[in-house]
Amino acid sequence: MRKFKDNMLRGLLWGSAFVSVAVLVIIVGYIFYKGFSYISFDFIFGDYSPTGGGGIFPMIVTTLLTILISLAIATPIGILAAVYLHEYAKQGRLVRMIRFATESLTGIPSIIYGLFGAVFFVAILKLGMSIIAASLTLTIIVLPVIIRTTEEALKTVPATYREGSLALGTTKLQTLIKIILPSAMPGILSGIILSIGRIVGESAAIFLTAGTVAAMPTSIFSSARTLTVHSFLVTQEAGDIGLAAAVGIVLIVIILVLNLSATYISKKLNKADY
Amino acid sequence: MTMIVSEASIFNSTTSATTDTYATKIQVNDLNLFYGEKQALFNVNLDIKEKEVTALIGPSGCGKSTFLRTLNRMNDLIDGVRVIGNIHIDGENVYESNDVIRLRTKVGMVFQKSNLFPMSIYDNVAYGPRMQGIKNKKILNEIVEESLRGAAIWDEVKDRLKSSALGLSGGQQQRICIARAIAMKPDVILMDEPTSALDPISTLKVEELITQMKKDYTIVIVTHNMQQAARISDKTAFFLNGEVVEYDDTNVIFSTPKDERTEDYVTGRFG
Repeated sequence: MRKFKDNMLRGLLWGSAFVSVAVLVIIVGYIFYKGFSYISFDFIFGDYSPTGGGGIFPMIVTTLLTILISLAIATPIGILAAVYLHEYAKQGRLVRMIRFATESLTGIPSIIYGLFGAVFFVAILKLGMSIIAASLTLTIIVLPVIIRTTEEALKTVPATYREGSLALGTTKLQTLIKIILPSAMPGILSGIILSIGRIVGESAAIFLTAGTVAAMPTSIFSSARTLTVHSFLVTQEAGDIGLAAAVGIVLIVIILVLNLSATYISKKLNKADY
Repeated sequence: MTMIVSEASIFNSTTSATTDTYATKIQVNDLNLFYGEKQALFNVNLDIKEKEVTALIGPSGCGKSTFLRTLNRMNDLIDGVRVIGNIHIDGENVYESNDVIRLRTKVGMVFQKSNLFPMSIYDNVAYGPRMQGIKNKKILNEIVEESLRGAAIWDEVKDRLKSSALGLSGGQQQRICIARAIAMKPDVILMDEPTSALDPISTLKVEELITQMKKDYTIVIVTHNMQQAARISDKTAFFLNGEVVEYDDTNVIFSTPKDERTEDYVTGRFG
Protein backbone atom coordinates (compact mmCIF):
# COMPACT_ATOMS: atom_id res chain seq x y z
CA MET A 1 0.00 0.00 0.00
CA ARG A 2 2.77 2.36 0.99
CA LYS A 3 4.60 1.44 -2.14
CA PHE A 4 1.51 2.16 -4.19
CA LYS A 5 1.19 5.61 -2.60
CA ASP A 6 4.83 6.23 -3.25
CA ASN A 7 4.41 5.33 -6.91
CA MET A 8 1.29 7.49 -7.15
CA LEU A 9 3.13 10.48 -5.79
CA ARG A 10 6.07 9.88 -8.05
CA GLY A 11 3.74 9.66 -11.04
CA LEU A 12 2.05 12.88 -10.02
CA LEU A 13 5.35 14.72 -9.65
CA TRP A 14 6.62 13.38 -12.94
CA GLY A 15 3.34 14.25 -14.66
CA SER A 16 3.42 17.82 -13.38
CA ALA A 17 6.99 18.30 -14.51
CA PHE A 18 6.12 16.79 -17.89
CA VAL A 19 3.10 19.05 -18.42
CA SER A 20 5.05 22.22 -17.62
CA VAL A 21 7.91 21.32 -19.94
CA ALA A 22 5.55 20.10 -22.64
CA VAL A 23 3.58 23.36 -22.67
CA LEU A 24 6.79 25.33 -23.06
CA VAL A 25 8.04 23.09 -25.85
CA ILE A 26 4.72 23.24 -27.71
CA ILE A 27 4.50 27.03 -27.53
CA VAL A 28 8.08 27.62 -28.58
CA GLY A 29 7.76 24.91 -31.22
CA TYR A 30 4.58 26.42 -32.61
CA ILE A 31 6.08 29.89 -32.77
CA PHE A 32 9.16 28.61 -34.57
CA TYR A 33 7.03 26.50 -36.92
CA LYS A 34 4.79 29.45 -37.85
CA GLY A 35 7.36 32.19 -37.92
CA PHE A 36 10.65 30.67 -38.97
CA SER A 37 10.07 31.11 -42.71
CA TYR A 38 9.80 34.88 -42.19
CA ILE A 39 13.19 35.16 -40.53
CA SER A 40 15.86 36.57 -42.82
CA PHE A 41 18.69 39.03 -42.63
CA ASP A 42 16.49 41.75 -44.11
CA PHE A 43 13.68 40.96 -41.69
CA ILE A 44 15.93 41.46 -38.68
CA PHE A 45 18.18 44.27 -39.88
CA GLY A 46 15.95 45.98 -42.44
CA ASP A 47 14.04 49.16 -41.84
CA TYR A 48 10.30 48.93 -41.47
CA SER A 49 8.10 49.70 -44.42
CA PRO A 50 4.45 50.49 -43.81
CA THR A 51 3.48 48.88 -47.09
CA GLY A 52 4.60 45.50 -45.83
CA GLY A 53 7.61 43.26 -46.33
CA GLY A 54 9.95 45.48 -44.34
CA GLY A 55 12.17 44.55 -41.40
CA ILE A 56 11.76 45.02 -37.67
CA PHE A 57 15.08 46.63 -36.86
CA PRO A 58 13.52 49.83 -35.40
CA MET A 59 11.49 47.71 -32.96
CA ILE A 60 14.53 45.73 -31.91
CA VAL A 61 16.43 48.94 -31.20
CA THR A 62 13.45 50.38 -29.30
CA THR A 63 13.09 47.23 -27.22
CA LEU A 64 16.78 47.12 -26.32
CA LEU A 65 16.76 50.83 -25.49
CA THR A 66 13.80 50.47 -23.12
CA ILE A 67 15.45 47.50 -21.39
CA LEU A 68 18.72 49.39 -21.05
CA ILE A 69 17.23 52.62 -19.70
CA SER A 70 14.75 50.97 -17.32
CA LEU A 71 17.37 48.68 -15.84
CA ALA A 72 19.95 51.45 -15.63
CA ILE A 73 17.56 53.37 -13.38
CA ALA A 74 15.77 50.56 -11.56
CA THR A 75 18.74 48.31 -10.69
CA PRO A 76 20.78 50.74 -8.56
CA ILE A 77 17.70 52.22 -6.86
CA GLY A 78 16.22 48.78 -6.24
CA ILE A 79 19.43 47.30 -4.81
CA LEU A 80 20.09 50.30 -2.59
CA ALA A 81 16.51 50.29 -1.33
CA ALA A 82 16.71 46.58 -0.52
CA VAL A 83 20.05 47.03 1.23
CA TYR A 84 18.57 49.83 3.31
CA LEU A 85 15.49 47.80 4.22
CA HIS A 86 17.44 44.68 5.11
CA GLU A 87 20.72 45.94 6.52
CA TYR A 88 20.19 49.43 7.87
CA ALA A 89 16.55 50.19 8.66
CA LYS A 90 15.29 49.49 12.15
CA GLN A 91 12.86 46.63 11.71
CA GLY A 92 9.60 48.19 12.76
CA ARG A 93 6.23 49.26 11.50
CA LEU A 94 7.58 51.61 8.84
CA VAL A 95 9.72 48.91 7.26
CA ARG A 96 6.82 46.47 7.37
CA MET A 97 4.67 49.05 5.61
CA ILE A 98 7.25 49.68 2.92
CA ARG A 99 7.58 45.95 2.42
CA PHE A 100 3.82 45.53 2.18
CA ALA A 101 3.66 48.38 -0.33
CA THR A 102 6.36 46.90 -2.58
CA GLU A 103 4.63 43.53 -2.42
CA SER A 104 1.32 45.08 -3.41
CA LEU A 105 2.96 46.99 -6.23
CA THR A 106 4.08 43.75 -7.89
CA GLY A 107 0.47 42.64 -8.11
CA ILE A 108 -1.02 45.71 -9.77
CA PRO A 109 -2.01 45.18 -13.44
CA SER A 110 0.38 46.94 -15.75
CA ILE A 111 -2.37 48.95 -17.46
CA ILE A 112 -2.66 50.95 -14.22
CA TYR A 113 1.05 51.79 -14.41
CA GLY A 114 0.50 52.64 -18.05
CA LEU A 115 -2.28 55.09 -17.23
CA PHE A 116 -0.14 56.64 -14.51
CA GLY A 117 2.80 56.94 -16.90
CA ALA A 118 0.57 58.49 -19.56
CA VAL A 119 -0.68 61.10 -17.12
CA PHE A 120 2.49 61.78 -15.16
CA PHE A 121 5.49 61.27 -17.45
CA VAL A 122 3.83 61.95 -20.81
CA ALA A 123 1.51 64.81 -19.87
CA ILE A 124 2.60 66.44 -16.61
CA LEU A 125 6.37 66.13 -17.11
CA LYS A 126 5.77 66.89 -20.81
CA LEU A 127 8.00 64.04 -22.00
CA GLY A 128 5.45 63.21 -24.66
CA MET A 129 4.86 59.72 -25.98
CA SER A 130 8.47 58.62 -25.94
CA ILE A 131 10.96 55.91 -25.15
CA ILE A 132 12.01 57.76 -22.02
CA ALA A 133 8.42 58.02 -20.74
CA ALA A 134 7.93 54.30 -21.34
CA SER A 135 11.26 53.46 -19.68
CA LEU A 136 10.40 55.48 -16.59
CA THR A 137 7.04 53.74 -16.38
CA LEU A 138 8.75 50.37 -16.74
CA THR A 139 11.22 51.39 -14.05
CA ILE A 140 8.33 51.73 -11.63
CA ILE A 141 6.99 48.37 -12.74
CA VAL A 142 10.23 46.44 -12.19
CA LEU A 143 11.44 48.31 -9.11
CA PRO A 144 9.40 46.19 -6.65
CA VAL A 145 10.62 43.04 -8.39
CA ILE A 146 14.25 44.05 -7.94
CA ILE A 147 13.72 45.17 -4.33
CA ARG A 148 11.97 41.93 -3.40
CA THR A 149 14.45 39.58 -5.03
CA THR A 150 17.44 41.52 -3.68
CA GLU A 151 15.99 41.40 -0.18
CA GLU A 152 15.41 37.65 -0.49
CA ALA A 153 18.98 37.28 -1.73
CA LEU A 154 20.34 39.27 1.22
CA LYS A 155 18.39 37.03 3.58
CA THR A 156 20.15 33.97 2.22
CA VAL A 157 23.62 35.32 3.07
CA PRO A 158 24.68 33.38 6.17
CA ALA A 159 24.81 35.52 9.31
CA THR A 160 28.16 33.90 10.06
CA TYR A 161 29.74 35.71 7.10
CA ARG A 162 28.58 39.02 8.50
CA GLU A 163 29.88 38.16 11.99
CA GLY A 164 33.14 36.80 10.65
CA SER A 165 33.82 39.95 8.70
CA LEU A 166 32.83 42.39 11.44
CA ALA A 167 34.86 40.46 14.01
CA LEU A 168 37.93 41.23 11.88
CA GLY A 169 37.49 44.92 12.53
CA THR A 170 35.86 45.85 9.25
CA THR A 171 33.22 48.52 8.87
CA LYS A 172 29.63 47.78 8.02
CA LEU A 173 30.13 49.23 4.55
CA GLN A 174 33.22 47.10 3.87
CA THR A 175 31.36 44.01 4.99
CA LEU A 176 28.45 44.94 2.74
CA ILE A 177 30.55 45.54 -0.36
CA LYS A 178 33.13 42.79 0.02
CA ILE A 179 31.13 39.97 1.57
CA ILE A 180 27.38 40.44 1.57
CA LEU A 181 26.68 41.81 -1.90
CA PRO A 182 28.99 39.33 -3.69
CA SER A 183 27.30 36.46 -1.85
CA ALA A 184 23.87 37.80 -2.75
CA MET A 185 24.83 38.43 -6.39
CA PRO A 186 23.22 35.31 -7.91
CA GLY A 187 19.89 36.20 -6.28
CA ILE A 188 20.12 39.84 -7.28
CA LEU A 189 20.86 38.75 -10.81
CA SER A 190 17.81 36.52 -10.99
CA GLY A 191 15.81 39.61 -10.05
CA ILE A 192 17.34 41.49 -12.95
CA ILE A 193 16.60 38.61 -15.31
CA LEU A 194 12.99 38.55 -14.11
CA SER A 195 12.86 42.27 -14.74
CA ILE A 196 14.11 41.86 -18.30
CA GLY A 197 11.30 39.39 -18.87
CA ARG A 198 8.81 41.79 -17.39
CA ILE A 199 10.04 44.68 -19.55
CA VAL A 200 10.12 42.69 -22.76
CA GLY A 201 6.73 41.17 -22.07
CA GLU A 202 5.08 44.47 -21.30
CA SER A 203 2.69 45.82 -23.93
CA ALA A 204 -0.18 47.78 -22.39
CA ALA A 205 1.97 50.20 -20.39
CA ILE A 206 4.31 50.81 -23.33
CA PHE A 207 1.43 51.23 -25.73
CA LEU A 208 0.16 54.11 -23.57
CA THR A 209 3.51 55.81 -22.95
CA ALA A 210 5.72 55.21 -26.00
CA GLY A 211 3.04 55.05 -28.64
CA THR A 212 3.18 52.93 -31.78
CA VAL A 213 5.32 54.87 -34.24
CA ALA A 214 6.96 52.25 -36.41
CA ALA A 215 10.12 54.10 -37.26
CA MET A 216 13.71 54.15 -36.13
CA PRO A 217 13.88 56.31 -32.97
CA THR A 218 16.13 59.35 -33.40
CA SER A 219 16.52 59.95 -29.65
CA ILE A 220 15.09 58.70 -26.38
CA PHE A 221 12.43 61.38 -26.74
CA SER A 222 11.06 59.79 -29.93
CA SER A 223 7.83 57.93 -29.90
CA ALA A 224 8.51 54.35 -30.92
CA ARG A 225 7.20 50.80 -31.02
CA THR A 226 8.67 47.84 -29.14
CA LEU A 227 8.66 44.27 -30.46
CA THR A 228 5.84 43.19 -28.19
CA VAL A 229 3.63 46.07 -29.22
CA HIS A 230 4.52 45.38 -32.85
CA SER A 231 3.62 41.74 -32.46
CA PHE A 232 0.27 42.75 -31.00
CA LEU A 233 -0.48 45.26 -33.73
CA VAL A 234 0.56 42.93 -36.53
CA THR A 235 -1.81 40.27 -35.24
CA GLN A 236 -4.63 42.68 -34.64
CA GLU A 237 -4.39 44.87 -37.71
CA ALA A 238 -2.95 42.62 -40.38
CA GLY A 239 -4.08 39.32 -38.89
CA ASP A 240 -0.68 37.93 -39.85
CA ILE A 241 0.03 35.21 -37.29
CA GLY A 242 3.18 34.13 -39.08
CA LEU A 243 4.71 37.58 -38.89
CA ALA A 244 3.74 37.91 -35.23
CA ALA A 245 5.36 34.55 -34.56
CA ALA A 246 8.53 35.69 -36.31
CA VAL A 247 8.65 38.70 -34.00
CA GLY A 248 8.12 36.22 -31.14
CA ILE A 249 11.18 34.25 -32.23
CA VAL A 250 13.28 37.40 -32.17
CA LEU A 251 11.94 38.18 -28.67
CA ILE A 252 12.78 34.71 -27.39
CA VAL A 253 16.30 34.93 -28.80
CA ILE A 254 16.82 38.40 -27.25
CA ILE A 255 15.71 37.20 -23.81
CA LEU A 256 17.87 34.10 -24.10
CA VAL A 257 20.96 36.12 -25.07
CA LEU A 258 20.38 38.68 -22.32
CA ASN A 259 19.86 36.03 -19.65
CA LEU A 260 22.94 34.08 -20.66
CA SER A 261 25.11 37.19 -20.73
CA ALA A 262 23.73 38.31 -17.35
CA THR A 263 24.68 34.95 -15.87
CA TYR A 264 28.09 35.16 -17.50
CA ILE A 265 28.71 38.67 -16.19
CA SER A 266 27.71 37.68 -12.68
CA LYS A 267 30.16 34.78 -12.78
CA LYS A 268 32.89 37.18 -13.87
CA LEU A 269 31.93 39.77 -11.26
CA ASN A 270 31.57 37.28 -8.48
CA LYS A 271 35.10 36.09 -7.94
CA ALA A 272 33.78 34.38 -4.85
CA ASP A 273 32.15 31.77 -7.04
CA TYR A 274 33.37 28.52 -5.55
CA MET B 1 36.96 11.93 38.02
CA THR B 2 40.30 10.52 39.10
CA MET B 3 41.36 10.97 35.52
CA ILE B 4 40.64 14.69 35.60
CA VAL B 5 42.33 15.16 38.94
CA SER B 6 45.50 13.47 37.80
CA GLU B 7 45.57 15.54 34.64
CA ALA B 8 44.99 18.67 36.60
CA SER B 9 47.73 17.83 39.05
CA ILE B 10 50.16 17.30 36.21
CA PHE B 11 49.12 20.70 35.05
CA ASN B 12 49.74 22.07 38.50
CA SER B 13 53.40 21.15 38.44
CA THR B 14 54.01 22.78 35.05
CA THR B 15 52.06 25.99 35.37
CA SER B 16 52.18 27.07 38.98
CA ALA B 17 55.53 28.73 38.42
CA THR B 18 54.19 31.04 35.74
CA THR B 19 50.92 31.91 37.43
CA ASP B 20 50.57 35.55 38.38
CA THR B 21 53.77 36.61 36.70
CA TYR B 22 51.93 38.41 33.91
CA ALA B 23 50.05 41.68 34.03
CA THR B 24 46.29 41.95 33.90
CA LYS B 25 45.16 42.32 30.30
CA ILE B 26 41.41 42.48 30.65
CA GLN B 27 39.67 43.80 33.70
CA VAL B 28 35.93 43.27 34.05
CA ASN B 29 34.03 45.14 36.75
CA ASP B 30 30.39 44.60 37.74
CA LEU B 31 29.34 43.67 34.25
CA ASN B 32 25.60 43.23 33.70
CA LEU B 33 24.00 42.45 30.38
CA PHE B 34 20.35 42.50 29.34
CA TYR B 35 18.62 41.07 26.29
CA GLY B 36 15.68 43.46 26.36
CA GLU B 37 14.13 42.86 29.77
CA LYS B 38 15.88 39.57 30.39
CA GLN B 39 19.13 39.78 32.31
CA ALA B 40 21.79 37.41 31.03
CA LEU B 41 24.87 38.42 33.03
CA PHE B 42 24.94 39.39 36.71
CA ASN B 43 27.79 41.39 38.25
CA VAL B 44 30.61 39.64 36.48
CA ASN B 45 34.04 40.48 37.87
CA LEU B 46 37.09 38.90 36.25
CA ASP B 47 40.73 39.80 35.79
CA ILE B 48 42.19 38.08 32.77
CA LYS B 49 45.96 37.83 32.67
CA GLU B 50 48.15 38.52 29.71
CA LYS B 51 49.49 35.55 27.72
CA GLU B 52 47.47 32.99 29.53
CA VAL B 53 44.65 30.77 28.42
CA THR B 54 41.48 31.50 30.34
CA ALA B 55 38.68 28.97 29.96
CA LEU B 56 35.03 29.77 30.49
CA ILE B 57 33.00 26.71 31.41
CA GLY B 58 29.43 26.09 32.47
CA PRO B 59 26.18 24.50 31.29
CA SER B 60 24.37 25.68 28.13
CA GLY B 61 22.74 29.06 28.50
CA CYS B 62 24.86 30.06 31.49
CA GLY B 63 26.08 33.22 29.77
CA LYS B 64 29.65 32.20 28.99
CA SER B 65 29.34 32.90 25.26
CA THR B 66 27.45 36.11 25.93
CA PHE B 67 30.25 37.18 28.22
CA LEU B 68 32.90 36.31 25.64
CA ARG B 69 31.09 38.46 23.07
CA THR B 70 31.11 41.48 25.35
CA LEU B 71 34.92 41.50 25.12
CA ASN B 72 34.90 42.48 21.44
CA ARG B 73 31.41 43.97 21.52
CA MET B 74 29.92 41.45 19.13
CA ASN B 75 26.74 41.68 21.20
CA ASP B 76 26.28 45.14 19.73
CA LEU B 77 24.98 43.41 16.60
CA ILE B 78 21.95 42.10 18.46
CA ASP B 79 19.02 44.48 18.82
CA GLY B 80 18.01 45.38 22.35
CA VAL B 81 21.22 44.41 24.13
CA ARG B 82 22.19 46.66 27.04
CA VAL B 83 25.47 46.47 28.88
CA ILE B 84 26.08 48.05 32.29
CA GLY B 85 29.48 47.93 33.93
CA ASN B 86 33.03 48.23 32.76
CA ILE B 87 35.51 46.26 30.73
CA HIS B 88 39.02 47.63 30.51
CA ILE B 89 41.49 46.19 28.04
CA ASP B 90 45.00 47.55 28.62
CA GLY B 91 43.38 50.15 30.81
CA GLU B 92 41.06 51.40 28.10
CA ASN B 93 37.33 51.27 28.70
CA VAL B 94 35.85 49.15 25.93
CA TYR B 95 32.28 50.37 26.30
CA GLU B 96 33.18 54.04 26.52
CA SER B 97 35.23 54.05 23.35
CA ASN B 98 33.44 54.63 20.06
CA ASP B 99 36.10 52.84 18.11
CA VAL B 100 34.64 49.35 17.84
CA ILE B 101 36.69 48.81 14.68
CA ARG B 102 39.98 49.29 16.52
CA LEU B 103 38.79 47.13 19.41
CA ARG B 104 38.01 44.27 17.04
CA THR B 105 41.38 44.48 15.33
CA LYS B 106 42.97 44.19 18.76
CA VAL B 107 40.63 41.48 20.00
CA GLY B 108 40.24 38.76 17.39
CA MET B 109 37.63 36.04 17.44
CA VAL B 110 37.26 32.44 16.34
CA PHE B 111 33.74 31.06 16.16
CA GLN B 112 32.11 27.77 16.95
CA LYS B 113 31.87 26.73 13.34
CA SER B 114 34.29 27.79 10.66
CA ASN B 115 32.88 30.89 9.00
CA LEU B 116 35.40 31.25 6.22
CA PHE B 117 34.24 33.34 3.30
CA PRO B 118 33.63 31.73 -0.07
CA MET B 119 37.04 32.82 -1.32
CA SER B 120 40.47 31.31 -1.70
CA ILE B 121 42.57 30.42 1.34
CA TYR B 122 44.85 33.35 0.56
CA ASP B 123 42.00 35.85 0.21
CA ASN B 124 40.45 34.71 3.46
CA VAL B 125 43.61 35.31 5.45
CA ALA B 126 44.43 38.53 3.59
CA TYR B 127 40.88 39.86 3.99
CA GLY B 128 41.39 41.66 7.30
CA PRO B 129 44.73 43.30 6.40
CA ARG B 130 43.33 44.34 3.01
CA MET B 131 40.37 46.00 4.69
CA GLN B 132 42.90 47.89 6.80
CA GLY B 133 44.22 49.32 3.55
CA ILE B 134 47.28 47.15 3.02
CA LYS B 135 47.65 46.72 -0.75
CA ASN B 136 51.33 45.89 -1.16
CA LYS B 137 51.52 42.34 -2.50
CA LYS B 138 54.81 41.56 -0.80
CA ILE B 139 53.59 42.63 2.60
CA LEU B 140 50.33 40.71 2.13
CA ASN B 141 52.24 37.58 1.11
CA GLU B 142 54.34 37.88 4.24
CA ILE B 143 51.31 38.36 6.50
CA VAL B 144 49.53 35.38 4.94
CA GLU B 145 52.52 33.07 5.31
CA GLU B 146 53.26 34.24 8.82
CA SER B 147 49.64 33.83 9.89
CA LEU B 148 49.28 30.39 8.35
CA ARG B 149 52.53 29.31 10.02
CA GLY B 150 51.24 30.76 13.26
CA ALA B 151 48.15 28.61 12.93
CA ALA B 152 50.29 25.55 12.14
CA ILE B 153 48.65 24.96 8.79
CA TRP B 154 51.16 26.47 6.35
CA ASP B 155 52.66 23.14 5.30
CA GLU B 156 49.23 21.68 4.59
CA VAL B 157 48.01 24.49 2.36
CA LYS B 158 51.05 26.29 0.95
CA ASP B 159 50.64 24.64 -2.47
CA ARG B 160 46.98 25.57 -2.84
CA LEU B 161 46.65 29.03 -1.44
CA LYS B 162 44.60 30.11 -4.44
CA SER B 163 42.05 27.33 -4.18
CA SER B 164 38.79 27.57 -2.29
CA ALA B 165 39.00 27.62 1.48
CA LEU B 166 35.68 25.80 1.64
CA GLY B 167 37.25 22.69 0.13
CA LEU B 168 39.31 22.03 3.25
CA SER B 169 38.36 19.70 6.07
CA GLY B 170 36.56 21.07 9.12
CA GLY B 171 39.67 21.04 11.27
CA GLN B 172 41.76 22.74 8.60
CA GLN B 173 39.04 25.36 8.09
CA GLN B 174 39.01 26.12 11.79
CA ARG B 175 42.79 26.59 11.78
CA ILE B 176 42.47 28.91 8.76
CA CYS B 177 39.95 30.87 10.86
CA ILE B 178 42.61 31.14 13.55
CA ALA B 179 45.13 32.26 10.91
CA ARG B 180 42.64 34.84 9.68
CA ALA B 181 42.35 36.19 13.21
CA ILE B 182 46.15 36.17 13.71
CA ALA B 183 46.61 38.12 10.46
CA MET B 184 45.17 41.18 12.21
CA LYS B 185 48.02 40.94 14.74
CA PRO B 186 45.66 41.05 17.72
CA ASP B 187 46.65 40.96 21.39
CA VAL B 188 43.69 38.94 22.51
CA ILE B 189 41.99 36.04 20.75
CA LEU B 190 38.51 34.98 21.79
CA MET B 191 37.41 31.45 20.96
CA ASP B 192 33.80 30.37 21.17
CA GLU B 193 33.81 26.56 21.45
CA PRO B 194 36.26 26.32 18.56
CA THR B 195 36.44 22.53 18.57
CA SER B 196 32.83 21.58 19.21
CA ALA B 197 32.27 20.71 15.55
CA LEU B 198 35.58 18.85 15.10
CA ASP B 199 36.65 15.23 15.28
CA PRO B 200 39.03 14.20 18.10
CA ILE B 201 42.20 14.36 15.99
CA SER B 202 41.44 17.83 14.64
CA THR B 203 40.48 18.89 18.16
CA LEU B 204 43.85 17.76 19.44
CA LYS B 205 45.63 19.76 16.73
CA VAL B 206 43.70 22.90 17.58
CA GLU B 207 44.40 22.38 21.29
CA GLU B 208 48.12 22.00 20.61
CA LEU B 209 47.96 25.16 18.58
CA ILE B 210 46.28 27.05 21.41
CA THR B 211 48.96 26.03 23.87
CA GLN B 212 51.65 27.22 21.45
CA MET B 213 49.82 30.46 20.80
CA LYS B 214 49.67 31.59 24.37
CA LYS B 215 53.27 32.77 24.28
CA ASP B 216 52.11 35.54 21.93
CA TYR B 217 48.45 36.05 22.71
CA THR B 218 46.01 36.34 25.55
CA ILE B 219 43.42 33.67 24.85
CA VAL B 220 39.91 33.43 26.25
CA ILE B 221 38.13 30.23 25.30
CA VAL B 222 34.58 29.07 25.88
CA THR B 223 34.33 25.32 26.05
CA HIS B 224 31.77 22.66 26.79
CA ASN B 225 34.46 20.12 27.21
CA MET B 226 35.87 20.09 30.74
CA GLN B 227 38.81 17.89 29.86
CA GLN B 228 39.70 20.46 27.25
CA ALA B 229 39.60 23.26 29.82
CA ALA B 230 41.78 21.17 32.12
CA ARG B 231 44.25 20.35 29.34
CA ILE B 232 44.83 23.77 27.87
CA SER B 233 43.88 26.55 30.27
CA ASP B 234 45.74 28.33 33.04
CA LYS B 235 42.67 29.87 34.63
CA THR B 236 39.10 28.71 34.58
CA ALA B 237 35.90 30.60 35.28
CA PHE B 238 32.79 28.62 36.07
CA PHE B 239 29.57 30.32 34.93
CA LEU B 240 26.11 29.43 36.17
CA ASN B 241 22.88 31.30 35.39
CA GLY B 242 24.76 34.38 34.27
CA GLU B 243 27.02 34.61 37.30
CA VAL B 244 30.62 33.68 37.82
CA VAL B 245 30.46 31.08 40.58
CA GLU B 246 34.17 30.55 40.84
CA TYR B 247 37.28 31.80 39.11
CA ASP B 248 40.68 30.42 39.92
CA ASP B 249 43.70 28.55 38.61
CA THR B 250 42.51 25.68 36.47
CA ASN B 251 44.07 23.05 38.71
CA VAL B 252 42.26 24.48 41.72
CA ILE B 253 38.92 24.48 39.92
CA PHE B 254 39.33 20.87 38.89
CA SER B 255 40.87 19.47 42.07
CA THR B 256 39.84 21.54 45.07
CA PRO B 257 37.01 23.87 44.08
CA LYS B 258 35.73 26.06 46.89
CA ASP B 259 32.12 26.18 45.79
CA GLU B 260 29.94 23.09 45.95
CA ARG B 261 28.25 23.94 42.63
CA THR B 262 31.62 24.05 40.89
CA GLU B 263 32.48 20.66 42.29
CA ASP B 264 29.15 19.22 41.21
CA TYR B 265 29.69 20.55 37.71
CA VAL B 266 33.29 19.49 37.19
CA THR B 267 32.59 16.03 38.57
CA GLY B 268 29.76 15.73 36.07
CA ARG B 269 26.84 15.71 38.49
CA PHE B 270 24.94 18.17 36.27
CA GLY B 271 25.25 20.17 33.06
